[in-house]
Amino acid sequence: MSLLEIRNLSLSIGAHDILKGVDLTLGPGEIVAVTGESGSGKSMTALSVMQLLPESAHLSGSIQLAGQELLTLSEGQKCTLRGQSIGMVFQEPMTALNPVKSIGDQVMETILIHKAMPPAQAEERAREVLTRVGLPPERFPLSRFPHELSGGQRQRVVIAMAIALRPRLLIADEPTTALDVTTQAQILDLLQGLVTEYGMGMLMITHDLAVVADLADHIVVMRHGEVVETGHTRHLLRHMQHPYTRMLFEASDHQVTLPPVPDLQPLLAVADVVRDYRKPRTRLFSKPEFHRAVDGVSFTLHRGERLGLVGESGCGKSTLTRAILGLEKVQRGHILLDGTPVFSGHTPDRSVRRNMQVVFQDPFGSFNPRHKVDRLITEPFHLLDTPPTGTDRADRIAEMLTAVGLSPDDAGKYIHEFSGGQRQRIAIARALIIRPELILFDEAVSALDVSVRAQILDLLAELCDAYDLTYLFISHDLNVVRTITDRVMVMQAGKIVEQGDTEQVFSDPQHPYTEALLAAAPRLPKFTQGVA
Amino acid sequence: MLRYALKRLLSLTLSLAIASLVIFAVIEVAPGDPASFMLGVNAQPDTLAALRAELGLDVPKTERYLTWVGGMLTGDFGTSYTYRTPVSQMIADRMWVSLPLALYALTLSTLIAFPAGIYAASRRGKPGDIAVMGATQLGVAVPNFWFAMMLVLIFAINLRWFNAGGFAGWDKGFGAAMQSLTLPAIALALPQAAILARVMRSALLDVLGEDFMRTARAKGLSHRQALWRHGLRNALIPVLTIIGLQFSFLLAGSIIIEQVFYLPGLGRLVFQAISSRDLIVVESVVMLLVFAVIMVNFVVDLAYAAVDPRLRSRT
Repeated sequence: MSLLEIRNLSLSIGAHDILKGVDLTLGPGEIVAVTGESGSGKSMTALSVMQLLPESAHLSGSIQLAGQELLTLSEGQKCTLRGQSIGMVFQEPMTALNPVKSIGDQVMETILIHKAMPPAQAEERAREVLTRVGLPPERFPLSRFPHELSGGQRQRVVIAMAIALRPRLLIADEPTTALDVTTQAQILDLLQGLVTEYGMGMLMITHDLAVVADLADHIVVMRHGEVVETGHTRHLLRHMQHPYTRMLFEASDHQVTLPPVPDLQPLLAVADVVRDYRKPRTRLFSKPEFHRAVDGVSFTLHRGERLGLVGESGCGKSTLTRAILGLEKVQRGHILLDGTPVFSGHTPDRSVRRNMQVVFQDPFGSFNPRHKVDRLITEPFHLLDTPPTGTDRADRIAEMLTAVGLSPDDAGKYIHEFSGGQRQRIAIARALIIRPELILFDEAVSALDVSVRAQILDLLAELCDAYDLTYLFISHDLNVVRTITDRVMVMQAGKIVEQGDTEQVFSDPQHPYTEALLAAAPRLPKFTQGVA
Repeated sequence: MLRYALKRLLSLTLSLAIASLVIFAVIEVAPGDPASFMLGVNAQPDTLAALRAELGLDVPKTERYLTWVGGMLTGDFGTSYTYRTPVSQMIADRMWVSLPLALYALTLSTLIAFPAGIYAASRRGKPGDIAVMGATQLGVAVPNFWFAMMLVLIFAINLRWFNAGGFAGWDKGFGAAMQSLTLPAIALALPQAAILARVMRSALLDVLGEDFMRTARAKGLSHRQALWRHGLRNALIPVLTIIGLQFSFLLAGSIIIEQVFYLPGLGRLVFQAISSRDLIVVESVVMLLVFAVIMVNFVVDLAYAAVDPRLRSRT
């Protein structure tokens, strides 16, 4: 008998139909991956099984866990089920834990609300579970608070809470999306090990096909609340039937062709840059200690070159980016754009700043919601000595919006009228409108769905052709960096450990850290390419 | 935690020193010479000079400031210009009315606000929430002296459960004293409770939307359990801030209520002292209130750290 059986499940919230006739089966010890883009209903499917939907939700159909129908249970019975028979791991380890309770308390809570036992015994169980997920109490005492742990460690605590009672079903909703590649590999390994060891079934929700390709037994592809294709992983990847599945697959590994780099003229020169942050003092009169976020970084970016910067969170990528933008003072070294220093104290040097623009990761948070698009994208005009006005200004706006694939009419709209991908196009238009010499892309495509990401990458390649872009592309996504850059730098603990021609570095990494990063990065199996 | 407390204590001392300077300077530049005010417009210059000397107004300002601060540190607040009694004695008498009144009102306001705020948050958008929010809207809008008059009208004049005003004194027994403070405390507490309930509700609603609340539900906690075990403590930070501000306000800002109920509290003392240019009393009471406010903030800071472990490690 299957462990989880979803039949003809439909969900509506208010007037919106979220799920339409979803069918899904999961056996004990099996891993089923539900994949699709945002809005496909994959997370809602998970929350339906968990019976943790908003109050206005209406469910119909059937969800059976080991033969027991879940939709007809009372709220009390559902509470008994959650945590005991079904455990759940969430996407955001940084916020999924209560910040004011110790990790020991939070793991013990799962045990104590379901099992009557003395706290000492529950604590013993909590120790065992935390040890199992790789947080032995000798090194990570139960009294630790979430803010004292890294993202990967917090995700381990969340997993410990979910498996403390050895549930029959584990639901993991994008469990590794917020983590670095090496941490992701470890967490996936842990989850897989737990499934085998406990004989649990695991329902894994993910947008990343590469993550599930060698983990899941079955894949369910969803789109607009419907299952479009389902099958055994190998079989499905070899014989994709539905065009949407094929599109998802191709977009995940989207390749672009960049125009050749013109002859090398240095544009940005970074020489021996050091950035220290002062740590909080441990005692009142102790000597202050420093954390070296950027440690002697040197590189040159040539005009017309596309340079990538990869590394894990905390490696100093963002600090280096801010230093290049002249937003941070550096303790040592020089950053010169076209021969002029970028940092000039607290008064930004407009002649330098107008030659540099930046596109950030979050397409939702980086715009003022009260301004219309024409005002948003012309913001950099204040860097010019004689900003264009009247028809000249309107022409520039229209040209830029057209260049990034939007319509000139969009200038009069507000930002909430656009999707994430369109917003990122607007962000690019904003960066491009004063024709800067250099653009910094800080995780600019990381928050986008694969199909949208592929479109933005195409757009970048087109713009490289049309405007001879020079950019620094900062990302944790190695696949994207591989296709969109000519040269790449690998950063670890504030140092550039390896740099060189992108294809060279990826196919023949020299530094052990680069090797580790590449090994940890999930890759789509090659055997499917060209087979349809 | 100890380091955090010491750091707060250091900033507390600094604030007090700066506050004393500011208070002294502001009151010094205020127009009106207490000696000429006391003796009237027809006073002889030599009598005026003699009184100024007696009051200590003729010495240099720095010296007067140091004497004042030094005196306060040793409990000697000087002598009132008008009443010719030690200021410390006057303040102490009034403090025994104002402090219990403030604490009483704060306790009432917290006791009303917490359940109301939690109830409203757990029933967001439902009739119960709308009713509570409507009541708090009223509580915020209506001034407390109007509540005071209504309370007097109903409970003192019609029902005769309480006295309409005056203070029985603590020597008449705890019950009698508390009885004379009850109506003023309720009048003070209602608007504060309304504000606090609204803050409690919105803080809880913010927390209810947090990811860790969903995690708590996924563990098998019921909605109510999740609210009590995980929601409340996280919602307390903004609530504590408001409670701290309210206590300071209740201690110093109850002049009108003291006037309505004819209570011999600090508010009335300051009011009288200002109208008779009794600067030494004004200075001392203001300094005392500043001290109370700063102390309350210190306690609130410690309470933050007790509630939120992140503040303990980040000093």
